[in-house]
Amino acid sequence: MRYNEKELRALSRQPAEMAAEMGMRGPKKGSGERGSRPCLAQPLGALLLERCRVVPEEPGGFSISFLEDPERKYRFECCSQEQCKEWIEALRQASYEYMRRSLIFYRNEIKKMTGKDPLEQFGISEEARFKLNSLPRNGRTACIGSQLDTLD
Amino acid sequence: MKLNERSLAFYATCDAPVDNAGFLYKHGGRAGSHRRWYVLRGNMLFYFEDEASREPLGVIMLEGCTVELVDARQDFAFAVRFAGVRSRPYVLAADSQAALEGWVKALSRASFHYLRLVVRELEQQLAAMREGSPTSALITSLTSNPSLAPNLRPKENGRAVWSALPEQPATAPKRPPLPPRRRASTPNGPSALSFARLHDHYGQEVQALRSQWHGVSCQPSGSGGTQAQP
Repeated sequence: MRYNEKELRALSRQPAEMAAEMGMRGPKKGSGERGSRPCLAQPLGALLLERCRVVPEEPGGFSISFLEDPERKYRFECCSQEQCKEWIEALRQASYEYMRRSLIFYRNEIKKMTGKDPLEQFGISEEARFKLNSLPRNGRTACIGSQLDTLD
Repeated sequence: MKLNERSLAFYATCDAPVDNAGFLYKHGGRAGSHRRWYVLRGNMLFYFEDEASREPLGVIMLEGCTVELVDARQDFAFAVRFAGVRSRPYVLAADSQAALEGWVKALSRASFHYLRLVVRELEQQLAAMREGSPTSALITSLTSNPSLAPNLRPKENGRAVWSALPEQPATAPKRPPLPPRRRASTPNGPSALSFARLHDHYGQEVQALRSQWHGVSCQPSGSGGTQAQP
């Protein structure tokens, strides 16, 4: 699949949300240990974080897997439980779908409190992507925080 | 650079609702233009051979781009341009004025960055509402982040520019909530209308609000927060 690699590289050079060096193991058998270094001019790779599951893994790390193939895991080693928790939290909230659900949640809460649609002031109240029924039909993604479960 | 292409392809074709879809002509430079089926999902614009294709031909990641109208040989054309990267813009053309407008609006607001700005605004509004009155919360957040106001930028050289980039930094300074609206005759206000007494009375209210504000915004590093007594 073609993709705009130049722009993706440029994006990787923007100030990071979070950055750390971690041991990483890809899902392929025998792919061995690889470091992921944040300071390289060229990123080694990128992971699209939609429809994914981020869970802690013993002894001190976490894994990312994707809904279409939950057994294929990208494993990461953290240097502390603290770092592990931070990354899991950040990665779970990093997906577009998570943000979209957050927006719908806040929109509804504010509507309930004031009777007004807060998206009107931004001129985006008619967008289909922010309607309640725009959430995925085939169940929730694993990345959604517990506060949003009350929506379904 | 490696990419989890399989997951990308799956995301492109899964049954989650699509943010926009339709045929667009892609100007391929020397290669001429191709008609492709475009699908916008989140901050990614996928393109397929046609509507029934199972696998996308490619994807354009939409972070940090602007969307502009262009005068091309084709009508209803627009360009997706990335700032700071020495690459050609992607020039696309729709079938109609309505389709053009739909695409330009959708693409210029497709970035994760934009979405997150809106979510933060709503978060702040809700938090302020839970503290004070609803109207003050709306006023506070609108004044602190005008880049989200629905005004299109004025035309430049005959072209309207919709930008996906925010005009201000994402973190606006927090302002104290506005005091509740005053009615002409305050129910608990002083009955005698001498200026000095009014001044004292409202001065005390202001003091109370200020100490409330300082009590809430300055979180001590020790245990527990302080709640100032008015």
